[in-house]
Amino acid sequence: MFPEEVLEHVFSFLTSHTDRNSVSLVCKTWYEMERWCRKRVFIGNCYAVNPKVIIKRFPEVKGVELKGKPHFADFNLVPEGWGGFVWPWVVEFAKGYPWLEEIRLKRMVVSDECLEIVAKSFSKFRVLVLESCDGFSTDGLASIASHCRNLRVLDLRECEVEELSGHWLSHFPDSFTSLEVLNIACLGSEVSFSALERLVARSPKLKTLRLNRTVPLEKLSTLLQRAPQLIDFGTGSYSAEIRSDVYSSLKDAFSSCKNLKSLSGFWDVTPAYLPVVHSVCSQLTSLNLSYASTQSPELTKIRLVVLDCIEDTGLNTVSMTCKDLRELVVFPSEPFVGDAEVQLTEQGLVSVSQGCSKLQSVLYFCRQMSNSALISISKNRPNLTCFRLCIIEPTVPDYLTLEPLDVGFGSIVENCKQLTRLSMSGLLTDRVFEYIGTHAKNLDMLSIAFAGDSDLGLHHVLSGCDSLRKLEIRDCPFGDKALLANASKLEKMRSLWMSSCLVSFGACKLLGQKMPGLNVEVIDERENLNSLPEYAPVE
Amino acid sequence: MDQKRSTLSLFEDNDLATELRLGLPGTDDQPEIKSSLSSNKRSSSEMGSNICIDENESRLVPPAKEQIVGWPPVRSYRKNIFLLKRTESETGSGMYVKVSMDGAPYLRKLDLKMYTSYEELMKALQEMFKCIIGLYFEREGDNGSQHALSYEDKEGDWMLVGDVPWDIFMSSCKRLRIMKSCEVKGLGDSL
Repeated sequence: MFPEEVLEHVFSFLTSHTDRNSVSLVCKTWYEMERWCRKRVFIGNCYAVNPKVIIKRFPEVKGVELKGKPHFADFNLVPEGWGGFVWPWVVEFAKGYPWLEEIRLKRMVVSDECLEIVAKSFSKFRVLVLESCDGFSTDGLASIASHCRNLRVLDLRECEVEELSGHWLSHFPDSFTSLEVLNIACLGSEVSFSALERLVARSPKLKTLRLNRTVPLEKLSTLLQRAPQLIDFGTGSYSAEIRSDVYSSLKDAFSSCKNLKSLSGFWDVTPAYLPVVHSVCSQLTSLNLSYASTQSPELTKIRLVVLDCIEDTGLNTVSMTCKDLRELVVFPSEPFVGDAEVQLTEQGLVSVSQGCSKLQSVLYFCRQMSNSALISISKNRPNLTCFRLCIIEPTVPDYLTLEPLDVGFGSIVENCKQLTRLSMSGLLTDRVFEYIGTHAKNLDMLSIAFAGDSDLGLHHVLSGCDSLRKLEIRDCPFGDKALLANASKLEKMRSLWMSSCLVSFGACKLLGQKMPGLNVEVIDERENLNSLPEYAPVE
Repeated sequence: MDQKRSTLSLFEDNDLATELRLGLPGTDDQPEIKSSLSSNKRSSSEMGSNICIDENESRLVPPAKEQIVGWPPVRSYRKNIFLLKRTESETGSGMYVKVSMDGAPYLRKLDLKMYTSYEELMKALQEMFKCIIGLYFEREGDNGSQHALSYEDKEGDWMLVGDVPWDIFMSSCKRLRIMKSCEVKGLGDSL
């Protein structure tokens, strides 16, 4: 048995939560040792545990990460006021963790009062990351700016903020110079540009700056000149009258950013201004042009996020030039229009799968797919870890053979043995779930919509997918039988969401009664909608 | 049917400790639910309704109000950006009217400007709602269709579609309703 100091030293190298959780299960001594030196705690489901329990178990925590609402909340499937309030957590942290430095929240409701408590309770507070959160206003941000003297990171990712004033930025005192990350891309209204400029000018460590749409193109060079050390830059609106002075100063500003690796923003693109970015292209690893409805230039990067306006021809270019591409995301420019005007089909994805040997992660929206394309993709890229395909019209079959896409997705799970995340669409029968249950042994998260024929489908997934922790299902004919027969599996999972399926209220009640380790919740709206999210404890 | 019976027997073979069934052993599974749920976490004013689900009900009721809720799965801020772009670039706004079908809980929206004749409109609607609609003037010939199409005009009256020239219809139509043919009588007489 090693002396405690040695153990503690060894444990300090463990950063992954799963590793730390495993280590704490070895024996009582290790449990005690580990809990005293855990600095960062991750709670994937804020309803799985009481904050007091966390504080008692891990007294030395410096950073907390919490997730609230289920993923399908992003698509309006979770009613307003459902929950995910961070308030009870913040109140406990203020008491139990006075030295707290970092808070990261995803899909939680954060009030201005919460932000005020955070701002005033933690003198060493450094990092605030709010992803897909809502419930707060610019007043809350002003509290953070006023009181967090040591703030390094203010990262608002896709939040819904009530914008009362653009002057919250001015609340950062003149003596405040520690900022490293500022992401305000999700804010719709104008922030005080002069305050922004002064803030950037006095932040020598600023590495990430993501502006919002209201910052005009003409002002970008001013900001970039003040922050040539930037690694990650998000432009504001990228549209302006074509003027040579604006063009050349922007070009010079970009050229002086020798460390730039990631570019995003590009709302309302004036294509004539895109070439200024060319000087940094070769060093980019990530490019997000998903707000730019023009075709993207040839760029080498690792992560590419674009609109379907790139079309099959653009993706073909990507397949030939972006040899280091790891992640491809293609969003639909017109998600609610039946017939596409853009020529983006399954071909684009097949090309990229052929040409980009390092491709691991795909999120692809398109309007047609075939089993043969899916089979090709799976054979080209057996190293895929994340495959999310959304065919815009639900239950659409293989457009060539008119058959279900069972065999295609079956090929994906059979060939891509490291697949951890899968989202499916199109016409799918119980057969695809049989393939998934048989082959997808590393699958951690599965999203299903408008698929399957019977409970057998769900049974295959629950009984076969050994690593499955997150399952979200909507509009599938799955009822009580598979759910009840696999009740013990549910305890091993983080969450199960079922909406518009055939689960009965009685089954939910029975599940809740018989499986005390599960949180079973039924949401029923006036239209007799029967939704069922369940939460398994984090252990 | 046989296939279904044999596959369902899979569940009976499961470990008894984990198998949960509704009702007493020996009785049929009848998931009739009468009481309401009380949540121990959040109270919700909606949680009072009686739910009764017919086990044999195979038709899925889509939970949408207008288009299918939450589909395709793009975040709402992305939807808004493109909607904005489209209306900015379109010469003149579209003529969107709501379309409802009796018996279906969801509404759709159509841009009337996309069509130049009744035939085109019918085709689109039949595609959208997967039904056969008979036009007013075809009713005399009785093509045996189960549905008819009516519209609400500027004065708030409901009329059968097909009565007036296409252009006039397009400028006066505010809403569309696909109704059952048997309910049509008297509607066309309201002119």
